Amino acid sequence: MQFSSAIFVLFLALTILLYYLLPKKWQWGVLLVASYVFYLSQGVQYIGFLLYTTVVTYFTGRILSARAKKEDDFVEANRETLTKEERKAFRASEKKARFRILLCGLVLGFGLLILLKYTAFFAGGVRDIVTAFGGASFKIPSLLIPLGLSFYTFQSMGYLIDLYRKKITAETNFLKFALFVSFFPQIIQGPISRFGDLGKELTTPHTFSAGDFSAGLFRVAYGFFKKLVVADTAMIGVRYLYEHTDTQQGIYVILLILLYTAEIYGDFTGGIDITIGISRMLGIRLAENFNRPFSAQSVKEYWRRWHITMGTWFTDYVFYPLSVSGGMQKFSTWSRSHLGNAVGKRLPVYFATIVTWFLTGLWHGAGWNFIVWGLLNCFVILISQELQPLWNLFLKKCQKLSGSGFFYCFRAARTFLLMGLFRSLDVYKDVPLTFSLWGSMFTTWNWGELFSASGLTSFGMNLWQLLVLGAGILLILLATNLGKKTPLWDRLASRSVLAVALSACILTLVLVFGSYGVGYDAADFIYGQF
Amino acid sequence: MKKKWKILIPCIAVLLVFCLAVGFLGKLFEPKYVAEQKEGGMIRDYYKETGSHDILFVGDCEVYENFVPAVLYEEYGITSYIRGSAQQLVWQSYYLLEEMLKKETPKAVVFNVLALKYGEPQNEAYNRMTLDGMKFSLSKWNAIRASMTKEESFASYLLPLLRFHDRWKELTEEDFAYLFSQPTVSYQGYLLQTEVKGGVSDREGVPLTDYTLPASSMAYLEKMRALCEEKGVELILIKAPTNNWKYWWYDEWDAQVKDYAEAHGLSYYNFIPLCGEIGIDWNTDTYDKGVHLNVYGAEKLTSYFGKILTETRSFVDHREEPEAAALWDTYLENYYLAKGDSK
Repeated sequence: MQFSSAIFVLFLALTILLYYLLPKKWQWGVLLVASYVFYLSQGVQYIGFLLYTTVVTYFTGRILSARAKKEDDFVEANRETLTKEERKAFRASEKKARFRILLCGLVLGFGLLILLKYTAFFAGGVRDIVTAFGGASFKIPSLLIPLGLSFYTFQSMGYLIDLYRKKITAETNFLKFALFVSFFPQIIQGPISRFGDLGKELTTPHTFSAGDFSAGLFRVAYGFFKKLVVADTAMIGVRYLYEHTDTQQGIYVILLILLYTAEIYGDFTGGIDITIGISRMLGIRLAENFNRPFSAQSVKEYWRRWHITMGTWFTDYVFYPLSVSGGMQKFSTWSRSHLGNAVGKRLPVYFATIVTWFLTGLWHGAGWNFIVWGLLNCFVILISQELQPLWNLFLKKCQKLSGSGFFYCFRAARTFLLMGLFRSLDVYKDVPLTFSLWGSMFTTWNWGELFSASGLTSFGMNLWQLLVLGAGILLILLATNLGKKTPLWDRLASRSVLAVALSACILTLVLVFGSYGVGYDAADFIYGQF
Repeated sequence: MKKKWKILIPCIAVLLVFCLAVGFLGKLFEPKYVAEQKEGGMIRDYYKETGSHDILFVGDCEVYENFVPAVLYEEYGITSYIRGSAQQLVWQSYYLLEEMLKKETPKAVVFNVLALKYGEPQNEAYNRMTLDGMKFSLSKWNAIRASMTKEESFASYLLPLLRFHDRWKELTEEDFAYLFSQPTVSYQGYLLQTEVKGGVSDREGVPLTDYTLPASSMAYLEKMRALCEEKGVELILIKAPTNNWKYWWYDEWDAQVKDYAEAHGLSYYNFIPLCGEIGIDWNTDTYDKGVHLNVYGAEKLTSYFGKILTETRSFVDHREEPEAAALWDTYLENYYLAKGDSK
């Protein structure tokens, strides 16, 4: 059951009807049943893995919570008899005990993810080394990878870490917790929510609001437009270009970068719009995952605007803990004393940044292309950081230029192209091939070929499809610009009839101009495979 | 409360307009099958048919291109209709027959057995040509479910826009002219082919590894037989003549159909070995090198079959009924006009 299938539309309509018609205390139950029906429809074979993560996280969470409560109760009960130092020592030993429990939960949770998603990759690496030294090759079994595995694992593990940090209290109702892990609009491709935000939202009764419902409906329609009209149309060209890398070089690499940017933007932001829109129709607010990413002036800023929930997850649960960990403190002291203050203070930050980006790359997929992609992002961010003083000096000296609209557009375009270039690793997959194709942009001068009479239709797309894609992108630009200060759906929340009318218009455009049905190989959402 | 209605009523109105737009666009983008690919327009022709029939033919191209109802009437006074379309599968013939038998009770149903060789859904384009022409009913619902290939979606049969949305760039005058009603493309289900492209097959069909007719298609034949029995209608099995190795009718298949017919007391006529007796000349009586007959061959075959029918069964001669005669004389006139014959 894909979001863009007719059966999903029926399923959603039924879920919403039951959600609002049944007594409010049953609302979360409706969502839980709907979530499991939705996940089962993706394949019965996946359900065991979802249940495993739910059970492991729930019970680890209960144990963590019980231990924390015991600690607090003990300190409270003995507040007058224990000295401050004794309390501190007790809390420190308890923290260690809770950390061991957390570690068990993380090993069990991430263990499944690593086993299913990364075994083949690591085993392949081992096999390459073994065969390089003359050893015999061996067969690597292919394992089933459940849909949305990375998303629900990260969400669940975030829950455990928050419990360990006492930021939240554990959910005692197993079924309510199961809903937090499996909530159907977001299970396939996020956003990666925090229990502190979503837990209550899901289980609090919601009254029907025409404003929220129509705003949500508008966002769903807009998401379908992005996915089916823009992303899946761009995909036709992308697919052709990466299947013909022997001939499609030079200018065609730039073309692929542009088309794939349109595809991934339409696909991922469209999918998130549908997810957040459906949730809003149910009265549930989810965290935003994008904030006009292509207006970013730097790579660092881009990552504050693109896939925000993943970025903050890695920052909160990998980068910061790693930066302030005991081992890193020792490393910092050692490096300062041995390598001098200037280098010494940078090394731990560099190390934490590199680890974070290495894992970010790996999160996207078990392949060298993703790892290289992550490290390239890291490299640009670190270089930018180092050059920041020089850059600040330039901005100060050229205030007129730096404040101009032209300079703003130049920086945005530079970031856009750089991110697009890195992203092409996702399409070409093979790292040496990608590098050689990047090289062809400077060695194969075939611009005239593309802009010749037949050039525009030489990469798998016909003129009509190019026209639809171009018009689709223009509409998205217009909508983004209109929603610069307040997103369009929020502006429409107070004008329900207009929101519904616009949704109907957008859906009509989607039904006519969308790339779906027989003759099209409409793609699943790209982030669903992560 | 008033505020609620103020929002709800316009929203319902918008929803209605949206549904109408989707329905209208579906109608507009649907292929009309008038000037080209007439095969797609033949199933719907039946709904314009008035009066009842003595014989109903069901099957694939081997019925709608090989039998001429006008000739059957003209020579024997038998009224008939052909409900066939390109590569019409057995289950499609069954559900079309089920639909027709709700409207009329003929004396006999004639089924061409070639489609028994297909045990699974085959081709989306042919499915659409058969199923899109059916009016919505439980029979259509079941026919869709039985016919869909893996890449098809059920919803696209209910909302044609989902299937044909991509035709927005191919629209022609025909799409607007025949938006709400299309002319008949057949002559009581017969698709006229006047071209002559003779040819005799220089080889036999490629040997198969398994000659067993699929259980699924035989099951639908059984359903068809049971339905006819329930309605008190005789089921006649036929195999139309062909002379092309690509569309070979194997002896092993023939034996299985013969056995089935014998076991259930049905008549089975295989016209392939009777071509000489019928008078078919494969140099002049086919329009596609022996795959199908042209109008000249079809007239000979119809005449021969009519003789069998009248010699072995009794039929009322409708030529002597003023009302039926008036109607069928018009049909005859149309047929001969189209054929370019001044008879």
